Amino acid sequence: MSNSLSDRSPGQRSRSVWHSISKNAGLYLLLAPALVLLLLFAYKPMYGVIIAFKNYRNSLGILGSPWMDPWYANFTKFFNSFQFENTVRNTLRLSLYSLLAGFPLPILLALAVNQMRAQRFKRLFQTVTYLPHFISTVVMVGLIMIFLSPGSGLIGQAYRLFGAEAPNLMGNASAFSHIYVWTDIWQHAGWDSIIYLAALSSIDPTLYEAATVDGASRLQRIRHIDLPLLLPTAAILLVLRAGNIMNVGFEKVYLMQNNLNASTSEIISTYTYKIGIISAQYNYSTAINLFNTSINLALLLLVNLMTRRINDSGLF
Amino acid sequence: MTIWGKLQTRIRSRGSDRLFDTVNYLFAALLLVIILYPLYFIIISSFSDPSAVSTGKVWLRPVGFTMEGYQALLEHEKLWIGYRNTLIYTMLGTAFGLLVNVAAAYALSRKDLVLRGPLMVLFVIPMFFSGGLIPIFMTVKQFGLYNNFWVMIVPFAVSSYNVIVARTFFESNIPPDLWDAAQIDGCGNLRFFFTIVLPLSKAILSVLALWIAVGHWNSYFNALIYLRDDQLMPLQIILRNILVTNQMQSAMGTGEHVQIALRKAALIRYSSIIVSTLPIMCFYPFVQKYFNQGVMIGAVKG
Repeated sequence: MSNSLSDRSPGQRSRSVWHSISKNAGLYLLLAPALVLLLLFAYKPMYGVIIAFKNYRNSLGILGSPWMDPWYANFTKFFNSFQFENTVRNTLRLSLYSLLAGFPLPILLALAVNQMRAQRFKRLFQTVTYLPHFISTVVMVGLIMIFLSPGSGLIGQAYRLFGAEAPNLMGNASAFSHIYVWTDIWQHAGWDSIIYLAALSSIDPTLYEAATVDGASRLQRIRHIDLPLLLPTAAILLVLRAGNIMNVGFEKVYLMQNNLNASTSEIISTYTYKIGIISAQYNYSTAINLFNTSINLALLLLVNLMTRRINDSGLF
Repeated sequence: MTIWGKLQTRIRSRGSDRLFDTVNYLFAALLLVIILYPLYFIIISSFSDPSAVSTGKVWLRPVGFTMEGYQALLEHEKLWIGYRNTLIYTMLGTAFGLLVNVAAAYALSRKDLVLRGPLMVLFVIPMFFSGGLIPIFMTVKQFGLYNNFWVMIVPFAVSSYNVIVARTFFESNIPPDLWDAAQIDGCGNLRFFFTIVLPLSKAILSVLALWIAVGHWNSYFNALIYLRDDQLMPLQIILRNILVTNQMQSAMGTGEHVQIALRKAALIRYSSIIVSTLPIMCFYPFVQKYFNQGVMIGAVKG
């Protein structure tokens, strides 16, 4: 049927397309709600991005508002402000630190779990390590504050045990990134290991048998079977995260911010929020956001190009 | 043979594996303690006298056992309003989100969908590019959804990631022959989806439902941006006031007035964490068996 399609006249062809659409009307009905929501709340705002180049006034609307003079004025304003260097540096510091410290641990966890033969302990271990992932960001930051409070927190007690005065870690700008990253690892390393466990469970057991017959120890089996087979998964995840390097989640950072640590905790997303929502400078905030999104997109495309070179198969 | 020699041969044979096991289990046990102790500490603190907690007397079991923290919580009206709101947002939001995403995913999984490729691209683009905070905010306002109950449920229900995961599941688990056979029996697309596809997809439905529900339960960003009314606020916003904002304020100032406020704040700090996190922790073991499967499906797409 399909190869006869090309023999038909254009009119017949479009009629058959219509036939197939109307025959599958139900499918389009299923697709419609999601499609409409995407168009309204994802694509319409993409068009709204042009206010980054405009002197937006509510009364004039997006199209009616005059262009900035020069059109990139909002961007130069950001590049010249002292917050530019600060927010970019802080964003990069948090994301690179998270990447370097947070990337290897899930792999290690998965390797360890994979070697456990006591099934009940293994299940318990998995249940417990996944658990913190489900704690909300608000509660997580609440926990951090409780434990790090110099007066009553566990840290405070530990210091007092040695007769020292506890520092106020939440008010210490140089401690911010360490607290952010390591509590993140505490919360998510277990959950992030699932994907490696899934990869490990797909390894052919005869490989292990052959290695055991050859007298390979457990460590050697990990070194020569598990690790090489995890490498592709790890590479893909690394690439995905590298393409997201300018994206640091807003929620946790915003909750952890205070006046004392602001010099290291102000990142692009929190700054966008403050400029846009709190001080209502719509076009300036949109410009900062657009700058961030563009860098991300560029990084993603670059990284995708690189994997295509290495792997022969890009991500998309 | 010397003891050293024996030890060496033991290590060299199965001994090295035994050593590996010991180290591995010790490492695992240490991690368990690191993860569980903070959670345990919150539980025992919620049953302890606040002054005992703040002077560091509580660390292995409750000291000065009291239910005061939970009693104080009962009187915290805002928290219960937030609790009610979050329950409603989570139930409606999960039902709506699941239906919208899964329905779209099924349609996109069908090879005979005209314009399937371009439509798929339309779903993928928002994963990598977004209008950003302010343009989205303006759109929401324009549709009259600012400070509106439905902003928590409808506008951001579509998740491209979830659609892709579900689509991958349908592609590999619903054989095309099934649709052909149903069609011959006169079954339409809608009936086929609701009576045949959905019942066959319990695994993916459970995983997605869990993800969406946890997302709703834990989210505070949308409420922070789009809601103003106290009556509409979800639990996480109230919790933020109890756990995060309050603590910062209480760090300043002294005096009797402040002391009473401090004590009250300390009382509900621990119990509010327990009460707000308990529902998820109870729900979680039942869905845990689907986790590996769910992540696997997601990983196939990569």
